[in-house]
Amino acid sequence: MKFINYLSGITGVSIFPLVSLCIFFFFFTMLIVYVMRGSKQHFKHLSEIPLT
Amino acid sequence: MEVEKFSYDNKIVKYFAYATIIWGIIGMTVGLLAALQLVFPVLNFNTGMTTFGRIRPLHTNAVIFAFVGNGIFMGVYYSLQRLMKARMYSDALSKIHFWGWQLIILSAVATLPLGLTSGKEYAELEWPIDIAITIIWVVFGWNMFGTIIKRRERHLYVAVWFYIATFVTVAVLHIVNSFELPVSLFKSYSWYAGVQDALVQWWYGHNAVAFFLTTPYLGLMYYFIPKAANRPVYSYRLSIIHFWALIFLYIWAGPHHLLYTSLPDWAQSLGVVFSIMLIAPSWGGMINGLLTLRGAWDKVREDVTLKFMVVAVTAYGMATFEGPMLSLKNVNAIAHFTDWIVAHVHVGALGWNGFLTFGILYWLIPRMFRTNLYSVRLANWHFWLGTLGILFYAIPMYWAGFMQSLMWKEFTEEGLLRYPNFLETVTQIMPMYAARSLGGVLYLTGVVLMAYNIIKTVRQGDFLANEEAEAPALVKEHITSGKEHWHRVIERKPIQMMIFSLIVILIGGVVEMVPTFLIESNVPTISSVKPYTPLELQGRDIYIREGCSNCHSQMIRPFRSETARYGEYSKAGEFVYDHPFLWGSKRTGPDLHRIGRKYSDAWHFNHMLDPTTMSPGSIMPAYPWLLDDDIDLESTPAKIRAMITLGVPYKQEEAENANKDLLQQAEGIAANLKKEGIETPADKEIIAVIAYLQRLGTDIKAEQVTKTNQ
Repeated sequence: MKFINYLSGITGVSIFPLVSLCIFFFFFTMLIVYVMRGSKQHFKHLSEIPLT
Repeated sequence: MEVEKFSYDNKIVKYFAYATIIWGIIGMTVGLLAALQLVFPVLNFNTGMTTFGRIRPLHTNAVIFAFVGNGIFMGVYYSLQRLMKARMYSDALSKIHFWGWQLIILSAVATLPLGLTSGKEYAELEWPIDIAITIIWVVFGWNMFGTIIKRRERHLYVAVWFYIATFVTVAVLHIVNSFELPVSLFKSYSWYAGVQDALVQWWYGHNAVAFFLTTPYLGLMYYFIPKAANRPVYSYRLSIIHFWALIFLYIWAGPHHLLYTSLPDWAQSLGVVFSIMLIAPSWGGMINGLLTLRGAWDKVREDVTLKFMVVAVTAYGMATFEGPMLSLKNVNAIAHFTDWIVAHVHVGALGWNGFLTFGILYWLIPRMFRTNLYSVRLANWHFWLGTLGILFYAIPMYWAGFMQSLMWKEFTEEGLLRYPNFLETVTQIMPMYAARSLGGVLYLTGVVLMAYNIIKTVRQGDFLANEEAEAPALVKEHITSGKEHWHRVIERKPIQMMIFSLIVILIGGVVEMVPTFLIESNVPTISSVKPYTPLELQGRDIYIREGCSNCHSQMIRPFRSETARYGEYSKAGEFVYDHPFLWGSKRTGPDLHRIGRKYSDAWHFNHMLDPTTMSPGSIMPAYPWLLDDDIDLESTPAKIRAMITLGVPYKQEEAENANKDLLQQAEGIAANLKKEGIETPADKEIIAVIAYLQRLGTDIKAEQVTKTNQ
């Protein structure tokens, strides 16, 4: 019962994992870029919401 | 800018807080009873309503959906109003939500001891209650989104993201897993069968842990720890990564509950990979929670709220380290089906959910009642009793799990099982079961002390039902440059946040489920596997009603130690007519998948009447009512027809002749029993149970016989 047996039955299957990988690589990369580059002021404001 | 005056609704928070405490005590007391039943089987009281198989689901439902559920709503209703700087959208919806949820819990209390159960773990409630849950959950979501939309704070604080993801994911999980075909008002069959049912169930089961016991509580952690410590969260950046990574990864991890089972290997492997990856976001969150207290550790020594919260977050860290470890196949081979898993979930439940709830209660109640806690000393007692309770609970269970598993797997030099009698491995761990009960007593005593402390605090205080507040109205933001970052847009748009969360959680579910459902080769068919006879089907329903799968698995893993003990390992194709699947998740008793034809009908009869006559020292409850109660013959044709609808290949005339066939088979078993000196009418429930047990796992033996003859 190897994964490939089931996958190979789907037409054009190879594109699905590639697309998924790209979407999530892109999503998490953008997310990391965002949190790294985001303004300190903005995050400070956000983190203080519960305390105000 | 115009400042608006409004008030926060504390009354609904108070209601949920009281419900949390009351259901907490009830749920834990029932848990203690279940624990004691394993030490003193006499506490099963020889009646259906009080046997372990029905009491255990009552315990799990009460602590998960009643105690933790009310705890979630208490925390959400308090924090959401303040984070949004708005009163809840509708007081009427809040009340409908509160009373609706309590009615659902009461209906669980009424139906589970009666044996009205779907047989699926943590989703036992029957279809009318499932519909009620859906409606009340929508009311909760409506009220929550209404509040978010009329907010006066532009940004959605990270806690609110967790609430939104909780709402949407629990809705999806509940609806998908509850697809069932009603047979009568309180009986339904799962839409899925066998392997597929197992995959859906554990996708649900695991994510019930993730999105009912974890994400809402992480939201509460992100609100209440900063509040209690009076300092902002350690890293807001980390919380963003924590959120997305956690909800994305969690949804894939369900198949780690089915390692070495008949689930296709690829699905098992996916589950393992994602479970291991889960350490990263889980520990990211834990570190974020703990480091929020940086520079404030002196407060932890003084402040009982913080003490509870620190232990809660630490327990979260331990449980989320242990979870991925348990999903490694080599560790799982030892831990699965044993008390190790029971220890693992209780570290999470007692430590993480319990202690965070207590911390929040000790913080909230004095504030809402404008007074000080009645007794800090009592609260400290609670803290230490609770902590000791967790240790006394978890350590014996780890020990028991490890020891029993090794006994199951031990062979003599001659290559025979060292403990061929399963019962021997049970009696050896009885002292650990007793010690675990002591842990339960300690923990429960702490909760009772808390209830007393809170009652006294409430009595000395003055409740503030409507807390006045003011904030400037939210003005429409004009973005001039058009260069705003995409994530900042999501941060202030609740619906987009919900849609993104939905997409993220659906991906894992779809990738795992669609191939298992659509690709036939995932469940190789076995020609000799036939649908159950009407009598066996009735017996199977009694098996479900009595909750037998709480203690007995029907899944022989492909290990030498299991095939030597139970017989041929279980194949996916053997379960194609099982609506629902009954693989179980814990072996307090032996596996039953190949029990068919292993013992005589008379053995089963006597064993159900009093298990100790056949297995001296057995801790299984007795089922004397099965000998007196008649099989519900009226339901047989409807059950067969329901099975036909679900795709089980019965012929229409089989539904019409169902009872004739049933009685014919029953007469045969009654005649067998008579030969052994047991006189019983053929229409008693015990006959159906015997028929079902004798059928279990025998179909492939027919195949083997055919092959040998060829």
